[in-house]
Amino acid sequence: MKRLLERIAAGEILVADGAMGTMLFRKGIAPGSCPELVNVSRPELLREIASEYLAAGAGIIQTNTFGGSPLKLAMYGLDGRTEEINRAAVVAVRSVVGGRAYVSGSCGPSGKILKPYGDTSPEAIYDSFLRQITCLAEAGIDVLCIETMTDISEATLAIRAAKAVSPSLPVMATMTFDKTPRGFFTIMGVDIRQAAADLANAGADVVGSNCGHGIETMLEVARQFKAASRLPLIIQSNAGLPELVDGRAEYRETPEFMAEKARQLIELDVSIIGGCCGTTPEHIAAIRSMVDRIKG
Amino acid sequence: MDLLANLSQSLQDGDDEKVAALTKEALAAGMSAKQILDNALISGMTVIGNRFKAHEIFLPDVLLSARAMYAGLELLKPLFLKDDIPSRGKVVVGTVQGDLHDIGKNLVSIMLKGAGYEVIDLGNDVPPERFVDTAVAQGAAIIGLSALLTTTMPVMSQVAALLKERGLTGRIKLIIGGAPVSDAYAREIGADAYGFDAVKAVEIVDRFLMRQ
Repeated sequence: MKRLLERIAAGEILVADGAMGTMLFRKGIAPGSCPELVNVSRPELLREIASEYLAAGAGIIQTNTFGGSPLKLAMYGLDGRTEEINRAAVVAVRSVVGGRAYVSGSCGPSGKILKPYGDTSPEAIYDSFLRQITCLAEAGIDVLCIETMTDISEATLAIRAAKAVSPSLPVMATMTFDKTPRGFFTIMGVDIRQAAADLANAGADVVGSNCGHGIETMLEVARQFKAASRLPLIIQSNAGLPELVDGRAEYRETPEFMAEKARQLIELDVSIIGGCCGTTPEHIAAIRSMVDRIKG
Repeated sequence: MDLLANLSQSLQDGDDEKVAALTKEALAAGMSAKQILDNALISGMTVIGNRFKAHEIFLPDVLLSARAMYAGLELLKPLFLKDDIPSRGKVVVGTVQGDLHDIGKNLVSIMLKGAGYEVIDLGNDVPPERFVDTAVAQGAAIIGLSALLTTTMPVMSQVAALLKERGLTGRIKLIIGGAPVSDAYAREIGADAYGFDAVKAVEIVDRFLMRQ
């Protein structure tokens, strides 16, 4: 399989997969338990989800390891099972996709707040990421996706940990922004310009944004990232914000709507387009057709 | 700048050492604990809350100011007990069962303390019974529930149902908040109010406890 970064450099647009949590709930996983425990208790669900996204045309499939850092797992008393939980997630996706798609290791926030604002030292956060990323790399991921970050210090610690584990492992790093009257900021006060600069300095190969308020605001984020960064961009939007219908969360943005907006992401030369909360294989299939139609 | 204004400013700057020093200085100058609380700590946190709401400052600034506020509160606490100054009221807060997200809940807790309320923070992953049992045992008139996940929101309705079952609806007010929650959802489950953000939550508590 040709290397991911080479394909991007050659101008190809890659489609990544959609939501993991949304799919797990669709398959009946009860909320409230540790979402990563599924990796060892019901790996067949991960294989189902991976094959659905593969069939939808995703070329990058993510592992169910968003909360797989030992600091985060410790909230469920599962940090002792970090290796097992991360490895199982990679093995499940790889068994389905083989060499047909890249396996992307998801790496989300630690859930801790760094000193002096919170109580956690940078060393503790770095070590936690190092341990998770070591597991993911040893299990054979093709690329790492550090995502949903709001604190630039935490994001750069994760990137540095990844580069320490394996300098040749491509690293994508995305942050989550809110729209304010003064522009886009993360809740920790990071703007797009700072994110673009600091993520690149720390060694990220691909930068961008995920989650958020829906694809229309994400388009604005993408435009600003494009202006602020020379690195390839990755954009993974929510299907809007969740609304409650009959006691269940529903995301209003349809596959057709998101695909139509994705056309503008393609025009912006975004290198990787995928989905976040609320997106499903149907959304990814629609985005895939749009990419094929325009680039095909 | 007078001492209390200086104290309020130091709190807004997030300087906990200066807040502690100035609080001691104010006490030594003969000011009452209540004066210091109302006119420096609470007023300082109100400014911080409003600036956060307006996106002028961000979470790190709020956390530093909160730490500074605690530095002052710690010094005043023993005096409150001695002077028998009544608390403005007790509020039980927590993130509902199955949900481990506590940043929003912590902000509400900070702002309520900053507004002079006694806050009983049950942390995250709190079962419905614990909210109600604690409120009853502690004589709290308000329960504040937080949820970040759409999947844990239904626990909020369980708390509302439990209050109803025990005949406490209306006597203990239920306020809910969190990213997926809305005014409509609050009405649907029979909660008394929806707090869009931490500042709004304080306004609602003020209203329910009829603080002048």
